[in-house]
Amino acid sequence: MSNNEPGFSTLAIHAGAQPDPTTGARATPIYQTSSYVFEDTDHAAALFGLKAFGNIYTRIGNPTQAVLEERIAALEGGTAALATASGHAAQLLVFHSIMQPGCNFIAANKLYGGSINQFGHAFKNFDWHVRWSDPADIASIETQIDDKTRGIFIESLANPGGTFVDIAAIAEVAHKHGLPLIVDNTMASPYLLRPIEHGADIVIHSMTKFIGGHGNSMGGIMIDGGTFNWSESGNYPMLSEPRPEYGGIVLHETFGNFAFAIACRVLGLRDLGPAIAPFNAFLLLTGVETLPLRMQRHCDNALEVATWLKDHAKVDWVSYSGLPGDDNHQLMKTYSPKGAGAVFTFGLKGGFDAGVKFVEGLELFSHLANIGDTRSLVIHPASTTHRQLSPEQQIAAGAGPDVVRLSIGIEDVSDIIGDLQQALDKV
Amino acid sequence: MHQDSYSDNFIAGILRSVKTIAMIGASPKDVRPSNIVMKYLIAKGFKVAPVNPGHAGKEIQGQMTYASLADIPWHIDMVDVFRGSDALPGIVDEILALKDRPDVLWAQLTVFHAEAGQRAEDAGLKVVMNRCPKIEYGRLSGEIRWSGVNSRIISSRKPVAQRGFQALGIRPQSK
Ligand SMILES: Cc1ncc(COP(=O)(O)O)c(C=O)c1O
Repeated sequence: MSNNEPGFSTLAIHAGAQPDPTTGARATPIYQTSSYVFEDTDHAAALFGLKAFGNIYTRIGNPTQAVLEERIAALEGGTAALATASGHAAQLLVFHSIMQPGCNFIAANKLYGGSINQFGHAFKNFDWHVRWSDPADIASIETQIDDKTRGIFIESLANPGGTFVDIAAIAEVAHKHGLPLIVDNTMASPYLLRPIEHGADIVIHSMTKFIGGHGNSMGGIMIDGGTFNWSESGNYPMLSEPRPEYGGIVLHETFGNFAFAIACRVLGLRDLGPAIAPFNAFLLLTGVETLPLRMQRHCDNALEVATWLKDHAKVDWVSYSGLPGDDNHQLMKTYSPKGAGAVFTFGLKGGFDAGVKFVEGLELFSHLANIGDTRSLVIHPASTTHRQLSPEQQIAAGAGPDVVRLSIGIEDVSDIIGDLQQALDKV
Repeated sequence: MHQDSYSDNFIAGILRSVKTIAMIGASPKDVRPSNIVMKYLIAKGFKVAPVNPGHAGKEIQGQMTYASLADIPWHIDMVDVFRGSDALPGIVDEILALKDRPDVLWAQLTVFHAEAGQRAEDAGLKVVMNRCPKIEYGRLSGEIRWSGVNSRIISSRKPVAQRGFQALGIRPQSK
């Protein structure tokens, strides 16, 4: 192609993919293989020693997965990416590359409940310590940074609250203290918002959600912004020190601005093992080709539904940053002018009991623990995704007892509203 | 002044036309970036002369090492620099003093000196700085994609397979 930068929709279809070099197959083939034949022992040694490009074993990389990685890296404006079995696996590999035992990181308290569990419980076993902060209160982040802090983690658009975060302001604090900013961009998707453009150094996704978009495959990914200097402080020895795993290679000096993604692959994925299945990579790739179309429709439908709900007599409140009166509307207009996403919360005047009755009365909406499907979805977070949290944590995360979360699908909006109407009638 | 920006066509043109490379700062240690890049370039069919005064007369990756550019007894198409940016002005002096000058000055990732680069360019050399020929070769051929790297190449054309397994080449200039 010419040297003009291709647009987002072109990248969503083409980035990373070329016809298969031997067969000419145009769709990306599913390389359903565990391993790859070496030409000779020297070739094998070069591959194992990170001296040649190529596939060795699907726990470390796979050609179908690689197309997906490059595509998402291109959509996010990153230098490289690493796909994993789930969003949680991507988070694990990112933190494995920046943390040492005894270190801490700052995380927003408005996160997907599963991430709050992973950081607060599972990571404690590695002696990695999360410090919670309010992403709307920059001081609550900055005052917790000390010489053992290794990063800051936020969601660009928080699940389930549906609130945008001032990424640039938090990036400034992170960089002032020599820390990378890690942004979970699952809820917004790169169609709405590209965190690297606002100062993020690493982006992660649960591709299970909007990137795949069809609710059929688990997958996660980390994207390297290529922006962070891993050697400056000496605090990131996985990148800046000779690695005994590879005979003394220093990853940052060897791989430059995509060294972080390489570290997540060759130190994290290789040794911890959460590889994505090639078939899932294929389904997610097929899904992402229509991301721009789907995401706009999700947003348009969600705005119409939120507007309708706000005026309903049985509805107490609606929290959707796409609504002009919403507290978060200004940030939404700055960070995500094309739309406010598909996921938002609301409360019924009848509180918890009305919420339960409402959820059980829906017929088109599916009651399940996911977001970002073509189908419209509903859940009561306090009894499900955010159940493990204390009542205070639930409220801080935007998942109090009266909260109902919707993920608006791409069906006809009249049918979506019709289903909500009939379920509200029964309350 | 020389800018840190090169078109894919410019880089591909260099990697297509160059056959012989002098690598200044080549290390005998097999985990150093210079050694890794040298091994890769040799596998891709380039003839590489390591230049390293501390190792002159001994081999690196099976190639005889020279103490200076002037000692290399054959024509060099490209000089590839694995030294700090502040070494570049002196290296440009050395290149310009050669009777048989190379066509290309290439400086590795993080190695950049606008004034020295401009001087080489004014003397008729093609100049690339702050890039790695292994990464650029991998990017333009498509090999780097297997590592999940954003090659920034959008193309509906079939990649160019080379002999052996998992080996891609740079597409010849289209007619
Ligand atoms: C915002 C966000 N981040 C991370 C995850 C975890 O991803 P996965 O379920 O793919 O492990 C989820 C899943 O719901 C999520 O919504």
